[in-house]
Amino acid sequence: MAVARAKPTAPSDDKRWKIVETRMRRLGNRPDALIEALHSAQEAFGYIDDGALRYVSETLSVPPSTVFGVATFYHHFTLKPQGEHTCVVCTGTACHINGAGEILTAIKAAMALKPRETTPDGKLSLLTARCLGVCSLAPAAIVDGVVEGRVVADEFVTRLEML
Amino acid sequence: MTDLAAPGPADRPERRRVAGVTPADGPARVSAYVCEAVSCLSAQSHEVLTGLGAEVAQRGLTDVEIKRVGCLGLCAAGPLVRIPETGQLFRHVSPDDLGALVETLATARPDGQHEAEEPFFSRQMRIATENSGVVDPESLDDYLAMGGYEALRKALTTMQPNEVRGEMKASGLRGRGGAGYPTGLKWSTVAKSIGSPKYVICNADEGDPGAFMDRSVLESDPHRVIEGMAIAAYAIGAASGYVYCRAEYPLAVTRLKKAIRDATRGGYLGASVMETEFSFEVDVRLGAGAFVCGEETALIASIEGGRGTPTPRPPYPAVSGLWDRPTLINNVETYANVAPIIRNGGEWFAGIGSATSNGTKVFALAGRVVNTGLVEVPMGTTLREIVFDMGGGIVDGREFKAVQTGGPAGGCIPAQFLDMPVDFESLMGVGSFMGSGGMIVMDDTSCMVNVAKYFMDFCREESCGKCVPCRVGTTQLYILLDRITTGAATMEDLAQMERLAGMVQRTSLCGLGQGAPNPIFSTLRYFRDEYLAHIVDRTCPAGVCTIEPLPVPA
Repeated sequence: MAVARAKPTAPSDDKRWKIVETRMRRLGNRPDALIEALHSAQEAFGYIDDGALRYVSETLSVPPSTVFGVATFYHHFTLKPQGEHTCVVCTGTACHINGAGEILTAIKAAMALKPRETTPDGKLSLLTARCLGVCSLAPAAIVDGVVEGRVVADEFVTRLEML
Repeated sequence: MTDLAAPGPADRPERRRVAGVTPADGPARVSAYVCEAVSCLSAQSHEVLTGLGAEVAQRGLTDVEIKRVGCLGLCAAGPLVRIPETGQLFRHVSPDDLGALVETLATARPDGQHEAEEPFFSRQMRIATENSGVVDPESLDDYLAMGGYEALRKALTTMQPNEVRGEMKASGLRGRGGAGYPTGLKWSTVAKSIGSPKYVICNADEGDPGAFMDRSVLESDPHRVIEGMAIAAYAIGAASGYVYCRAEYPLAVTRLKKAIRDATRGGYLGASVMETEFSFEVDVRLGAGAFVCGEETALIASIEGGRGTPTPRPPYPAVSGLWDRPTLINNVETYANVAPIIRNGGEWFAGIGSATSNGTKVFALAGRVVNTGLVEVPMGTTLREIVFDMGGGIVDGREFKAVQTGGPAGGCIPAQFLDMPVDFESLMGVGSFMGSGGMIVMDDTSCMVNVAKYFMDFCREESCGKCVPCRVGTTQLYILLDRITTGAATMEDLAQMERLAGMVQRTSLCGLGQGAPNPIFSTLRYFRDEYLAHIVDRTCPAGVCTIEPLPVPA
């Protein structure tokens, strides 16, 4: 059954591919390492492009269709490059009843930006999260990895615009 | 979050020497426990920790210990600092104003008067979270000092696997993930199942919006969960296990991975645990933002590297799970209860709680309530005690309307049931669900139709698409709810919605679809007048939905 194959090569000589390669190798390059491999690719590059999908597919011997299916099934993975800054607005239940919708409406009104979109100048990407688990700080958001609680819509939008 | 991250200061042997904090010389006269769980961290508790360390060092207070701890519970008032010797809790501590806190630390006597605790703390009974806010979550030594891994030692050295299972059965512990399946029975089923190797999985894919108990347990006391898993592995005959954790919880993942590394180094995991013949390895697998992966068969599919779609049961994972092998899946909080049960015996645990639901339950109190945070109470505590006595009532003194439990598959419980004791059966009886333990309090500013629509939107987005009733049904139900909230619905739409909701409930493949209509049923049961107000009177009583007035005929 085992057919000798050429070792898959990384799409470029970017050092970050080493991280992805190491993660897959540690998990024995087995098909079940797929999600972990996609995680490490996204962490290293910020998103998962076609080259990354193909590289993971070849290394783990998983059909490209399956890799694409998995990468698009999970909300966490993104196949598009993100903006310079990212803002994640939590839309969990506690945030919902404390005004998460108003925050999104304010961002849309001020910056014409909807969830899962990036501003045309590539400055800011807006995302939503199902629940960040910091319900006691509702409504909450994450700006560039920093959790912010009790967000007030107007002030928040003003700060986003200045990023 | 990656394995390759540089080891933090806590990786080095001199414990508690956190970012310049000088530990007390000799036994500490008094200590300050600074909460470093996500909620307080986002309110700058780490700056409080370092600032406090610098200040204490500057004033030469060598008998004061400053310690990072996990969740102190009262997340609404973060950053929190607790002085355990005096029982004082400092709230909203600002890193720029530590004066009063340092002054107290300089003068406090451990034998002095102990401040009376407020109901938020005094009404709690902490078993699963007994170490939260007490141990440094990144220190194995601290966990050991609290009797950590002693339950595992007891199980390995003095008990046979069937005796461990017997204690679990005697305890009457029921799964804390939501459904409440008896844990001891599940363990026995896996132990009896034919097939090898067997696996132990910890479900830390806490997807219910508004629930953060598992995050808190993992961030505050990760070793406790690992110890529970190891005891389970011994009891069922497994040698490896996985923790499936949400990627949205980076701090929990970091602390969990560190705890696994430390425990392996310390001989509490890995080959020949505590020099016995028992071996157990644990690995962490990250979820990737799919709610359906909290369903056990979908979770297994995800660990296997595929799309997280559920498969029909039977066969249950206990018979054929991960890689078609017998697999034990329990929730984080369930594992956190294992060590105390083994330590104190199943009978002790069975003596706590209500008749059919033993022990305690951790609830995440959030929404329009004053004291948002985590509480652990005996099963059978009433909603009124939780929301009003412990939670401090409704924000701004408004009127209580409902409490939502059970996440997207749960229901809204109205004021008339406030004196109902909370346990698995009573919640089912009023059309709700225990779920993982989120409690969202709602006041008169919440529109119940809008809440139902919110949850349906959630289920519609999170439906994995495998079975038609859930994939199509949730979308159609959402459209109907949207028509109601915009004033475009007729009474026929309402009838249609009820029929469809019943169909989705009966015919969906997994718990996501079967539970999705629950918010509709429970809000219709108790708040039908609000639906009628939207449809007949074209008004939203809570003022949440925007309904355009009908054009006046010219």
